[in-house]
Amino acid sequence: MSETKKFMYVNRKAPYGTIYAWEALEVVLIGAAFEQDVSLAFVDDGVYQLIEDQDTSGLEMKNFSPTYSALGDYDVKKIYVEKESLEERGLSIDDLQHLTWEDEDEDYAEKDSIQVVTRAEMADLFAESEVMFNF
Amino acid sequence: MPIEVNGKVLETDEEGYLADITQWEPGVAEVMSKEDDLTLTAEHWELINFLREYYEEYQIAPAVRVLTKAVGKTMGKDKGNSKYLYSLFPYGPGKQACRYAGLPKPTGCV
Repeated sequence: MSETKKFMYVNRKAPYGTIYAWEALEVVLIGAAFEQDVSLAFVDDGVYQLIEDQDTSGLEMKNFSPTYSALGDYDVKKIYVEKESLEERGLSIDDLQHLTWEDEDEDYAEKDSIQVVTRAEMADLFAESEVMFNF
Repeated sequence: MPIEVNGKVLETDEEGYLADITQWEPGVAEVMSKEDDLTLTAEHWELINFLREYYEEYQIAPAVRVLTKAVGKTMGKDKGNSKYLYSLFPYGPGKQACRYAGLPKPTGCV
């Protein structure tokens, strides 16, 4: 790919009940496979997508939450979660999966992928991105 | 087209990937490789098993670039390169090996 663009994927919906979250994740992985500069944002009910220990056995839907841990392998290192969205739902970063990526240049040191940012900071991130996808 | 493995008929999609991953057994890879005129060696099985473990953990079939990196990390750099992987699976380590392993077509593969 000759030109790298800043892609921002915005996830606003709860993981199950609609297909948006899973579709978004697939699109992200496809975009990342083409070595674009990929960021993910989780806002509103989208923060539920990253909740730890999901169990979908009562829903008859595939539990795709383990797939978020593959994002690091796809070089997706920038995952932003909105602080206000967490707080409004009584959640904190401790309720979320611990997502990491490995820095090959530092002997595969594990580094955190998730950053909690304020609504104002999120707005700046959106403004900086060149291509936005809303799910 | 459905394939026949040890007397059982298993459904596949239009590109030959197993329709139901839970129906996989080693015989699936044997039958598919025979159709491709490929003889499976221990090295092929190493990669097939690696893919199955990857799917078990992450619920996706990795894109070839991601697979190459992951193989390099767990099996060593001499195997984590496309030359080695393509020598085993000439139709593409992502597509062909995933198909033998009963996985869906790799995510990010068009």
